Amino acid sequence: MASVTIGQVQKYFGQTHIIKGVSIDIDDGEFCVLVGPSGCGKSTLLRMIAGLEEISGGQISIGAKVVNDMPPKERDIAMVFQNYALYPHMTVRDNMAFSLMLAKKDKATIEAGVGKAADILGLRPLLDRYPRQLSGGQRQRVAMGRAIVRDPQVFLFDEPLSNLDAKLRVAMRTEIKELHQRLKTTSIYVTHDQIEAMTMADKIVVMRDGIVEQTGTPLQLYDHPANQFVAGFIGSPSMNFLPGTVKGSQVELEGGAMLPMPTNARAVEGQKVVYGTRPEHIDMATDSDGVATEVVVVEPTGADTQVFTKIAGVEVTSVFRERHDFKPGAMIRLKPDPTRAHLFDAASGVRLVA
Amino acid sequence: MSQGSGLSLLGRLNNSANALGFIFMLPAAAILLVFLTYPLGLGMWLGLTDTKIGRDGVFVGLENYKSLAEDSVFWLSVFNTVFYTAVASFFKFFLGLWLALLLNENIKFKSFMRAILLLPWIVPTTLSAIAFWWIYDSQFSIISWVLVKAGLIDKYINFLGDGWNARFSVIAANIWRGIPFVAISLLAGLQTISPSLYEAATIDGASPWQRFRHITYPLLTPIIAIVMTFSVLFTFTDFQLIYVITRGGPVNATHLMATLSFQRAIPGGQLAEGAAIAMAMVPFLIGAILISFFGLQRRAWQQGTKD
Repeated sequence: MASVTIGQVQKYFGQTHIIKGVSIDIDDGEFCVLVGPSGCGKSTLLRMIAGLEEISGGQISIGAKVVNDMPPKERDIAMVFQNYALYPHMTVRDNMAFSLMLAKKDKATIEAGVGKAADILGLRPLLDRYPRQLSGGQRQRVAMGRAIVRDPQVFLFDEPLSNLDAKLRVAMRTEIKELHQRLKTTSIYVTHDQIEAMTMADKIVVMRDGIVEQTGTPLQLYDHPANQFVAGFIGSPSMNFLPGTVKGSQVELEGGAMLPMPTNARAVEGQKVVYGTRPEHIDMATDSDGVATEVVVVEPTGADTQVFTKIAGVEVTSVFRERHDFKPGAMIRLKPDPTRAHLFDAASGVRLVA
Repeated sequence: MSQGSGLSLLGRLNNSANALGFIFMLPAAAILLVFLTYPLGLGMWLGLTDTKIGRDGVFVGLENYKSLAEDSVFWLSVFNTVFYTAVASFFKFFLGLWLALLLNENIKFKSFMRAILLLPWIVPTTLSAIAFWWIYDSQFSIISWVLVKAGLIDKYINFLGDGWNARFSVIAANIWRGIPFVAISLLAGLQTISPSLYEAATIDGASPWQRFRHITYPLLTPIIAIVMTFSVLFTFTDFQLIYVITRGGPVNATHLMATLSFQRAIPGGQLAEGAAIAMAMVPFLIGAILISFFGLQRRAWQQGTKD
C-alpha cells in the first residue's frame, strides 16, 4: 500500500493540451474517484499513473518513489480495464496467474495466490472456464481477480462498470467498495458516472478540460460545490440553475419572480447571478410565498415523485417524497430552501460565499 | 399472387425454405461442377488411359503410374516440389510475420508502407518472373554486377546454369512473390487483437517477447493456420515463375510437378502421362489440407457461450 502524489502533471498529444497541470494527493488506503465528462482527461491521467502514457510534465509518485520514468511493471500497480482485457485464450485460472507466472513464482505460490483471490471474489467454480463462457459480471470479477492476485500497492480502475447493465452495476459498485474496505489498498477509480463517484469514493476529484475543478469528500462536493460546474455535475437529478439579478436581499429571476437570497451567499446589488437549488431542496409553497410555475411532466418512481415545471422559461426539476396529485398544465407554487440554495457568479460560475 | 384459392407453383416454392435454398444453391453448384469437378474427373480418367494429343486413348489401368514410379525425372520433380515448397513457405512465414509485426507498429508513412508491401502481389506473375530472369541473367545480372563492382566476387554468378543455384534462385523469386499474401493476412489478424490486451500484459509485467509469445502468437494461430495452408497450396502448385525463369532447367533441376506435367502433356504430347503427374500431386495437397483442417479446429477458447 502506498500514497499517490500527482504534482502539476501535464500531458500533450502532439499540439493538443490534454492535462493542464493537475495536482492530487491520494492518501494511503484511500479510495479516490476521478470523475468528469468524457474528454476531461481522467482516463489519460489514470493511464499516466499506470505508465501506459508518457508524462509530458510534472511528477507522479507512488509511495516515496517518483515513477515518471519507471516502466509499468516496476510501479507495483494493477489495473482493471473498461473492456476487462481478459486474455481470451487463457482460462480464468491462467488469466489470474499470468502476472505471477511472468514473475517466475513457483507453482505452489501461484496456486495459493489464485485460490485466495478466487475465494475473495467467489470465482472458484469458474477457474477452468474461458472468458467467452462468462457473463459480463463474471468477466468483470475475473478482471478484478487478476488485479488482486498481484497484491499491488495501488489499484487502478478505468470505468470498470460501464459495460454492465444497470442492475449489475449497482451490485458491483457495492462489491468493489466492500472489497476495498477489506483489502484497504489505495485505489484510483475513473468514471463519468457521478453516482458511482458519490457512493464509492473517500475522495472525489472532479475534472473538466484537463484541470481539477474541485477535490473533496462526496458530501463536501454535494454541500459546498466550488462552482456551477461541480454543482451541476454532482447530484441526481441535477441542480436547477435560474439566472437572475441581485435586488436587495432577494434575487430577481428573468421573468420577474423574486427568490430569497441563499443564507450563505454574499453578492453585491445588481450583480448578475445564477441561483442554484437542488430538486430535493424545493418545497411546495402557500399562496403568499414562493414562485408560480406550470407543471410540464410528472414522473412518479414510487419512492418519490419528480416534477418538471417551468419558471420564466427555465425548466426546474423538483423531487417530492410525499405524494401530490399534479396534472400537467396545472399551476403550482414552489419555494427553494434558502439555507441549502447556492448563488453563483453568472460570468465566472464561481460560488458566491459569505 | 397467393390470394387465389390454390397457390401457384411459385407461391408454394416461396413458402418452402428447403426448396428455395436448393434453388439458390444451384448456380454455385453448377459452377463447381463444370469448372472443378469435371476437369478433376477428366484428369483422373486421362491418367488411367494412354491418351496422346490427337489420339483418343484406351483404359490402361495404373500403367502410367507404374512407369512414373520408375521415372527418375518424375522423382526429381517430386523432390524439387517438396523442397521448393518447404523452403519457400518457411521463409514466407517468418519474413511475412516479421513484416506484419513491423507494419502493425505505429510507424511513419504506415499506409504508404502497406501499399508498397502489396506491390509484388499486384504485378502480374509473368512480368515479375521476367524481371527475375533478368536479375539472374548470366551476363546482365544486376546482383553479379553490384557484387563485382564492390569487389566482393571476381566473376559473374551462374544463377540459372547450376542446379542448386537455380533452385535457390527460383525459391527466392517465389518468396518475394508470396510474402505480401502472408504479411497482409497476418497483419489483418494482428489488428483484430485488442490493444488493451497488450496494455494488460505490460502491466502484468510481460516483456515485448513475452507479449508476443503469450498474447500475439496464440491469438494469431487460427489465422496462421489458414494463411499457411493457402500459401503451401499455392507454392506446391506453382507453375508460372518456374516456366518463365528456367522452364525446369538446368537438367530438370528446377522442374516442379506442375511444370513437368505440362511439359509432358502439351509440348510432349503425352496427355495421359501429364495427367498422371498432375494427379500425383493430389495426395500431397490433401495432406496439407488435412493438417490445416485439424489445425483450424476451433479451440476451446474460441467457442461461444452455450446460453
